[in-house]
Amino acid sequence: MEFVVMSMLNGITYGLLLFMLSSGLTLIFSMMGILNFAHASFYMLGAYFAYQISTWTGFWPGLLVAPLLVGAVGALVERYGLRRAHKFGHVAELLFTFGLAFLIEEVVHLVWGKVAVDYRIPLELDGTLFSLFETDFPIYKGFMMLVSVGMLLALYALLTRTRIGLIIQAALTKPEMVEALGHNVPRIFMLVFGGGTALAGLAGVIGGNAFVTEPGMAAAVGSIVFVVVVVGGLGSLAGAFVASLLIGCIQSFSIALSISITDVFALVGIALPEGSQVARLTITQLAPILPYLLMVAILVFRPRGLMGSRES
Amino acid sequence: MGRGPGGGLMTDMVFRRGRLLLWGGCLAAALALPLVFKGGFVISLLCQMGIMVVFALSYNMLLGQTGLLSFGHAVYYGLGAFVSMHVLNLLGKDGGPLAVALLPLAGGLAGLLAGVVLGYVTTKKAGTTFAMISLGIGELVAACALMFPGFFGGEGGVSGNRVVGKDNLLGFTWGPQIEMYWLIVAWAFLATVAMFALTQTPLGRMANAVRDNPERAEFVGYDTQRVRYLMLILSGFFAGIAGGLTALNYEIVTSETLNAHTSGVVLLMTFVGGIGLFYGPVIGAILISVMQIVIGGMTHAWLLYFGLFFLFMVLMAPGGIASVLAMQRTLWQARLLGRMLPHYLATAIPLLVLLAGLVGLVELAYALLAGEGATAGDAASRVLGMDLYLRSPVPWAAALAVSAAGAAGLYWIGGRMKKAWHQTLSTLQGDKA
Repeated sequence: MEFVVMSMLNGITYGLLLFMLSSGLTLIFSMMGILNFAHASFYMLGAYFAYQISTWTGFWPGLLVAPLLVGAVGALVERYGLRRAHKFGHVAELLFTFGLAFLIEEVVHLVWGKVAVDYRIPLELDGTLFSLFETDFPIYKGFMMLVSVGMLLALYALLTRTRIGLIIQAALTKPEMVEALGHNVPRIFMLVFGGGTALAGLAGVIGGNAFVTEPGMAAAVGSIVFVVVVVGGLGSLAGAFVASLLIGCIQSFSIALSISITDVFALVGIALPEGSQVARLTITQLAPILPYLLMVAILVFRPRGLMGSRES
Repeated sequence: MGRGPGGGLMTDMVFRRGRLLLWGGCLAAALALPLVFKGGFVISLLCQMGIMVVFALSYNMLLGQTGLLSFGHAVYYGLGAFVSMHVLNLLGKDGGPLAVALLPLAGGLAGLLAGVVLGYVTTKKAGTTFAMISLGIGELVAACALMFPGFFGGEGGVSGNRVVGKDNLLGFTWGPQIEMYWLIVAWAFLATVAMFALTQTPLGRMANAVRDNPERAEFVGYDTQRVRYLMLILSGFFAGIAGGLTALNYEIVTSETLNAHTSGVVLLMTFVGGIGLFYGPVIGAILISVMQIVIGGMTHAWLLYFGLFFLFMVLMAPGGIASVLAMQRTLWQARLLGRMLPHYLATAIPLLVLLAGLVGLVELAYALLAGEGATAGDAASRVLGMDLYLRSPVPWAAALAVSAAGAAGLYWIGGRMKKAWHQTLSTLQGDKA
């Protein structure tokens, strides 16, 4: 029971963080048709910016300023890079973001070095929120949940309740019509890209100190976020949400399970031959590949993803 | 293949006299190079180039010919390398030089088999989805490599010895690096000819159709998924051959050969060379291999320059170096190249100035932030062969000024070149019309 509840809480925290990344990615994808390969790099930039700001002024200003900075960088990238690459087609756009991811990693190497930086949880949030079955649940995880859920609600309200949100939604499907009505669609694209990258930056600000802030963090999260987007269905926000939580929970449960595959099969009454390398692997050891296996399974049995509406 | 005119066309296209001369010339040049440059360093660079040419060409079967952007091509290359290495170790004393020479074939078969299994999943979709799935599969295999140290050798990798038995094959034991180079040239040449021949077959043509307009290809009655699947399997085969050559060349294979970094490098190489023309990846593989070793040996900032160069190519010349060259050839044939040459030369001057300024800035930043400067404090550091005080504004201002002058010059002269370029283009199109 204790194990299930704690793993569930951890999984949801991680899943919400993943959703902050995948929601921006999904918005950008469904609006501009661009799969932003550098999305996780903006996540990393958010963490590093927040670290840099926290060394000067402490954690709290960084929580606000770092995502804004990342969003500004994202908007500039869209305006002066992607818009140009767009003329050459989707492959050029994808390659541009790929090159950008490569470049951002090198710049991070250059400015902050190749080893992890000491980006810490603020003292106010360092402690135990509550104890359940003798296991502590840290305040910071609660804070992460709070920020993610708050961001989620704000995003939902922005997209459905405000004028700009309605224009964005309209531009998702009928950009020419929206343009004909006198709205500046390229500027909306720039705003969406900036907003999406700012969300990634925010995820970096609160994720960087919960995990570790190092140059490899973008690559580590990036491929998982792509799995989330594929599993959820390309272009579906609701799908991205479900898939984020699903993969968050899969990760947290599998990391904590130290039974081997032989044990799993023994539960259902099948005895595997002794001594084979595969049979001795534990679920924990399998944890890194489980999301990818899930992705392959989804692609084989339901190619449009959990909630995707279109075949691409 | 024997599809009426297709068969006749194929032999005609592949074995035209001019083309035979070109292929023969390339082979002769590849064989002559080590006779001109005798250093061991150059030979190993040439070996690396030969392997990368095969790898990049196999990658372009997907990206250039079928329109499939893969982020996990290293999987086939790496699996080919590991299987070749294991076969080599299994051969042990029983094998001979002939078996070693044929070893890349084992790698190719491994790549082919991996393509049959993994391609079934990945090629269900094209476009962006394919790109993401290939990335996921790539990560999956890379993660597996760390989970099964029995086969992948864990951190240390798997090593072997390419000299087996006491015999020789026509005098070759494959021990010395130069003999390895002959073997690589032979395989690279065979693989290149085979890959080129493939572009002329109905399958190769259908791959182009599936790339350009999958809907129409389906209307004609082809199964696009099957065309993608077949192309991926064949591409896996050639990537596996490249992997087998790597295994023989370095005599060690680590899990790095199949991770995302290797996949990224082959993508960058192929794209920079040019994906629209068959010989593009060859240019890319040769250029990037040389730059990697030469510039990589000079500065720590090599990857930063590489990234910038790549972005520059994506934005300025998305057809790669090959398309730029092909354009000049068209101008040359239309006798218009002479008009553009002075403009090219004039633009090169501010471009070089700008480049010098930017390199100065990057090197200063590296010395200050990542190099000794970070600890040396106020002492002078050596940057680009000069002793500079990194804390003083003078070198920074100088580098900035040089960059600014270059940028301003480029803006002015580049604008004039652009104008001339458009005029020349309209003349060219006017000629054609």
